[in-house]
Amino acid sequence: MSKKKRGNLRLLTGPDKAVLTAMAGIPALLTTALIWVPALGSIVLSFSKWNGIGGFDQIQWIGGKNYYNVTHGYPPFTPAWHHNLIWFAVFVLIPAPLGLYLATQLDKRIAGSRLYQNIFFLPVVLSLALVGFMVELIYAPEQGLINNLTGHTKPGNLVDWIGDPHLNLFAVLTLAVWRQTGYVMILWLAGLKAVDPALREAAALDGASEWQTFRRVVQPALRPVTIVVTVITVVETLRAFDIVYVVNRGKNGLELLSTLITDNIVGEAIRVGFGSALASILLVVSLLVIVPYLVVTFRKED
Amino acid sequence: MSSAQNSPYARGVSRRSLFRGAVGLAGVSALGIPALTACSSSKSSKSSGSSGGNAGAATGTVTIGSNGSDAVPKKAFADLFAAADTATGLNTTINTVDHNTFQQNISTYLQGTPDDIFTWFAGYRMQFFAQQGLLHDVNDVWDKIGPNFSDAIKAQSKGLDGKYYFVPDYYYPWGLFYSKSLWSSKGYTAPTTWDDFITLCKKMKSDGLSPVALGEQDGWPAMGTFDYINMRANGYQFHIELMQGKQAWTDPKVKTTFDHWTELLGYTSPGANGRKWQDAVAMVMNGQAGMCVHGLDQAGPQFQSAGKSDDLDFFAFPAIDPANAQDAVEAPIDGWMMSKKPKNHDGAVKLLEWLGTATAQNTYLASSPNDVAAASNPDTSKYNALQKKSIDFVSSAKQISQFMDRDANPTFVSTVMIPALQKFIGDPSSISSQLSAIESQKKTIYAG
Repeated sequence: MSKKKRGNLRLLTGPDKAVLTAMAGIPALLTTALIWVPALGSIVLSFSKWNGIGGFDQIQWIGGKNYYNVTHGYPPFTPAWHHNLIWFAVFVLIPAPLGLYLATQLDKRIAGSRLYQNIFFLPVVLSLALVGFMVELIYAPEQGLINNLTGHTKPGNLVDWIGDPHLNLFAVLTLAVWRQTGYVMILWLAGLKAVDPALREAAALDGASEWQTFRRVVQPALRPVTIVVTVITVVETLRAFDIVYVVNRGKNGLELLSTLITDNIVGEAIRVGFGSALASILLVVSLLVIVPYLVVTFRKED
Repeated sequence: MSSAQNSPYARGVSRRSLFRGAVGLAGVSALGIPALTACSSSKSSKSSGSSGGNAGAATGTVTIGSNGSDAVPKKAFADLFAAADTATGLNTTINTVDHNTFQQNISTYLQGTPDDIFTWFAGYRMQFFAQQGLLHDVNDVWDKIGPNFSDAIKAQSKGLDGKYYFVPDYYYPWGLFYSKSLWSSKGYTAPTTWDDFITLCKKMKSDGLSPVALGEQDGWPAMGTFDYINMRANGYQFHIELMQGKQAWTDPKVKTTFDHWTELLGYTSPGANGRKWQDAVAMVMNGQAGMCVHGLDQAGPQFQSAGKSDDLDFFAFPAIDPANAQDAVEAPIDGWMMSKKPKNHDGAVKLLEWLGTATAQNTYLASSPNDVAAASNPDTSKYNALQKKSIDFVSSAKQISQFMDRDANPTFVSTVMIPALQKFIGDPSSISSQLSAIESQKKTIYAG
């Protein structure tokens, strides 16, 4: 096999080689320059103390102190990663299967399926500001929809959807799930459309029930989309940010790793080192989850 | 216009900040952005620094960095600097940046190619940047405008090194705001002591009202209550030193403050952490709540837009320790600062000298009746009753505080105090265990 490859390479002309080098080289260079160099820089900075003012000579190197402070002296850290875990569990349990269910229904070409498809997908394209506004409309204590419908607007029986740290994560997750479901549904739907109808017909001729067809024929054909959906679920969990940020900047029960990073490295006075330590932790967690999964799956595919 | 905008925590989400947040997730922004601007600052300062040598000329173009991006302040600034051109013979250019983005990017801005002068806030928030060497002192401006200001305001304009770095423009007071019509119908009178205050709260509660409305969803409004209780119980000096990181949060005095606040929370509208401050002010306006601790800059516009300006009034936060009486007043001051290497230093001085006059300040305030000129004895002929009251209120103060997010380290406030205060409001009993965590985080942050 290796012999054949070398043979092919020799057949390439000079310009061919140049084009190939450019096609592979430029993206590789961009990825390195824009992602890996800053990411490694961030890891380096996580061992420093710097307020972002002045040149690099202002940076003090303090060893692993930031990591100690993050894990031992930063009360929001523990709730933040707990919330990321809850977020992940909810995203796996609800939007992924629900999206698949909706997609299979839409795939049946029922009347108005285009319309339903748009309705389910709409939340994905809603702007952040609008979602924040909707949070207020639905959950505000005195003016909110839910409390008014259920008659919980008086001081004695008020339900504090946004302010109660035991409730607000789930209140916000409801909206996040609503968005994620539409997103995942479109992916599943694209996968379903790609399943060869002949396979289903064959299964039907063999007398397979709808469930059997789905289990034995459709699902294996959906394998590549399943990988995409899994990766997207993990990625969306780790970068969950916008909804909680727009509600209360990720505080008081809505802490996430992403909001803690933002808190520390965006603003008037910043802690570059401390924020970088948080970012590095998130980076490592992301790599730990994504890399083994991709390696295993793509090895199987081969 | 409102402190909601001035406060770093009340910002809406700007696209830029979100972008930087998103970039930060990839672990990128920490290295990239500050480093790039640090390079450009050294280059630009070399090329532009020399032109400051033309002493005495005081003509030409002066650039102004403005955070007044909303329609009302934008027009007010345009009017102000049109008047400035006429009065000083300078040619001013305003560079307006989205309000929230301006504050978030201030250190990048000051290290890049900042405008000659720019809008900012008094307090530690000003002193911090002076200390970082990002500002030019304005002592020469103060030689001329000194007589225009009271000693309390002068004190708020100096850096920790004793030099002036700030030219005040306008301020607004914090106090307890209430609806006059509600109070007269129920026969309430403004309390001056804590005991009377609690008695009034009890009466309001028995009248079916929420005595004190609070909307703490954005994280900053409750700071006003902390500041006032702490200053009344422990005195201005202790409060300011606590804000500056020189006193310990584990000091029993701080516990005393929270004990008083715990008592008050018994009369505060429940669900504060899930309520926007606008809704809290609305509760006062609609007669659902008795009063709220806020600034004129927040309560004023809301009553104004409902056509109820005449119904709004306020009183000083009641005394707790008679030794401190009601001496200190919280009155955030907005104003002007000069960047480290202004391209036109003499012109900037001339412009600031003019901006430090009551005439200039009233030009700006013509469209903002919820603030008061920072200069002493402004022409009040066009002021409304609350503006006039604000002048008496602040000029009789023995000390002026700014606000927790202006008097203390901004990182400390946003990463430590907002979570701590929200947790306290949700569960007052948590404070005993919280104070030592606050103190240990304070030590690491202030040491920076």
